[in-house]
Amino acid sequence: MSASPSYLCARAVRKAYAAPGGATVALAGIDIDIARGSFVSIIGPSGCGKSTLLQIIAGLVPPSGGEVLFNGRRIGEPQPPVIYVFQQYQRSLFPWKTVRDNVAYGLENRGTVPAAEIRERTRELIGLVKLNGFESHYPWQLSGGMQQRVAIARALVCRPDVLLMDEPFSSVDALTRAGLQELVLKLWREFGFTVVFVTHDVDEAVYLSTRVVAMSRAPARVAADVAIDLPHPRDQIATRESARYLEYRHRLLAQLFAEEGLDATLRAAA
Amino acid sequence: MTGSRLALFWRSRLLGVALIAVILAAWEGASATGMVSSLSFPRVSLILVTCWELLRSGELLGELVPSLLRMFAGYFIGAALGVLIGVLMGSLRTVYYLLEPISEVLRPIPSPAYIPIVILFLGIDDEMKIFMIAFASFFPVLLNTYSGVRAVDPVQVQTARTFGVKGRKLLWQIVLPSASPYIFTGMRISLAVALIVMVISEMVAASNGIGYFILAAQRGFKIREMYAGVFTLAVVGYTLNRLFLFIENRLLAWHYGHTQQQRN
Repeated sequence: MSASPSYLCARAVRKAYAAPGGATVALAGIDIDIARGSFVSIIGPSGCGKSTLLQIIAGLVPPSGGEVLFNGRRIGEPQPPVIYVFQQYQRSLFPWKTVRDNVAYGLENRGTVPAAEIRERTRELIGLVKLNGFESHYPWQLSGGMQQRVAIARALVCRPDVLLMDEPFSSVDALTRAGLQELVLKLWREFGFTVVFVTHDVDEAVYLSTRVVAMSRAPARVAADVAIDLPHPRDQIATRESARYLEYRHRLLAQLFAEEGLDATLRAAA
Repeated sequence: MTGSRLALFWRSRLLGVALIAVILAAWEGASATGMVSSLSFPRVSLILVTCWELLRSGELLGELVPSLLRMFAGYFIGAALGVLIGVLMGSLRTVYYLLEPISEVLRPIPSPAYIPIVILFLGIDDEMKIFMIAFASFFPVLLNTYSGVRAVDPVQVQTARTFGVKGRKLLWQIVLPSASPYIFTGMRISLAVALIVMVISEMVAASNGIGYFILAAQRGFKIREMYAGVFTLAVVGYTLNRLFLFIENRLLAWHYGHTQQQRN
């Protein structure tokens, strides 16, 4: 074990599920150290257990082995400074609460924040995600992109130290997705929290992150760990056309294709 | 009426109201002309006059008020217990496996069959009737509540958990609101059941109440009074259901909007 205290880390995290004819091993032993303030994306073939890993980091799911440490303390259940943003925003927002009440939800349950401050911070966050005028709407009255912005506001109103995002933009159209990416990057730069971002999209991972971790197929291990040295703030057009961006993209895509067993197929087709 | 208005009429709610008017008019005519025995089928107009007289003399309300008091007492006790135990069955597997078989055995027995047994223990007074109404109201609420609790989206529960919400807070903030459409469905079914059991228990053993009134009128050959009692029940049942739907539509507006959007 390394002597330097790390911020957020997974140590030999294993996850196995009981299955007919023996256990299925999803995570074979994952070690990741995440530095404070970094933006780390986790990519991997579908079904490799990236979402499971994120849920274990969140304390929502117990690991079968190993541990997750946050500021040196073992995470056994959800921690107030660590907030999780679900992939299924339509199911994660509470349909009986208005936008305002959904955003305020996390703060209200802190139990320590005075009502006036809750109101003020809720108003501020709704402004930051540009949902002014929709405070009294219900989630189901909003478009998918707007709903995901409500979910982001609800997470950030608690001023988390760590934001865990599970494929948050996988079910919105490309333009909305670019808008949400910019929003998250802007808030990340402004607030300085740490992001762990699960995605199946290599382009998204390289574009957003300071570091990309690629997982192998299940039973999953860390297959590649790449620091992304691209300047900030990033630009949807210029960054994506830069030589270094394309290099990172090439490397990680090749890695992913190899994991999926696609490389041979692609070469044969060429 | 112009053609387009007529076309509109055939597609409006007025159509059903018109059918009721036609039936009542046919009844009135058949009874007035002697096609049916006016002893068993008095003219509707005369029944309505009797209704009015009973209402003015206060006799009808004198019977209706004790009935409704029993009904609501039993209904609210039954519904409250249904929600309470339903939540326990829905959230704790052990309680579910413990109570599900017994509820499945008791539920299909028509409630009136219990009346003789309950009379043995509680006598023939209000306690018996309130117990019967509560017992019968209990099952629809129970069944729907535990179905609703089991149907709560795990993503919503997990979301609440990531904000540190658990235990009783989770129940009040997430589980109950999320299950409320189911609970309301159960309560609406139970309201109709409560009305039925109220009338039956009053017919079996009572010295007042609308059920007693109808049976006593029939036995005393006061046929118009008997019909007046039945008409009153129609009005009461309709009003209660409308009232319930009004409240439900208010409280569950989010649910209808939400399901509508998910269907699109």
